[in-house]
Amino acid sequence: MASGVKPRVKVPKKASAGDVVTIKTLISHKMESGQRKGDDGALIPRSIINRFTADFNGQNVIDVTVEPAVSTNPYFQFEALVPEAGEFKFTWYDDDGSVYETAKKIAIG
Amino acid sequence: MDLTRRKALALGSATLAIASLSGLPAFASLTDEAITALTGGAEVTEGGIDLIAPEIAENGNTVPVEVSAPGAVEIALFAAGNPTPAVATFKFGPLAGSRSGSTRIRLAKTQDVVAIAKMEDGSFRKASATVKVTIGGCGG
Repeated sequence: MASGVKPRVKVPKKASAGDVVTIKTLISHKMESGQRKGDDGALIPRSIINRFTADFNGQNVIDVTVEPAVSTNPYFQFEALVPEAGEFKFTWYDDDGSVYETAKKIAIG
Repeated sequence: MDLTRRKALALGSATLAIASLSGLPAFASLTDEAITALTGGAEVTEGGIDLIAPEIAENGNTVPVEVSAPGAVEIALFAAGNPTPAVATFKFGPLAGSRSGSTRIRLAKTQDVVAIAKMEDGSFRKASATVKVTIGGCGG
């Protein structure tokens, strides 16, 4: 398990039903590309987040396939439709099998 | 044929030009292969998709890019000059508010960033942008 992994998301606290909201996500992760050489000249093995998904009340918003070319601390910004009050669920999948999750509630108002 | 210094120089630079030219298709084909794998050889038309990337990136480690293509089900990003061209693929679900997304990517050197969108009707759209990179982002 990679150390110091911390997911952070920015979701508005409330929206009107049917609104489109902008969501920003970032996860601290070193995203070792597998292309870099260490001090000893040997390649540092790859260790990246390979998939990111966002769901709202069980329905998918976005599903991103991530390659090593995505920067350290992968950042994603996208827009989501909010038909009702509920919860956003964000999931990051690591190369080493770890799964990082975080959730954010949104109210209608 | 008397080989003067000038002719020898011209000859030398010509070979150099050929050598550098032959280096290019190798990269292009790698990206083309990845694109063909996505499209299945279908025709890719320009337009209908926006790709926003900076003209100059001082640091290739984090280059902000933004793609949007109304009516797309999937948008894939490629970096033609990276050791592996694939960057990321955005798939939009039923609750996607718009067919757009942005992220930050690594670029090894000055190169073209290519976005391919798969539309709802099965057609493919393409956009590309050249990014000048001062410091590369793939280690190397």
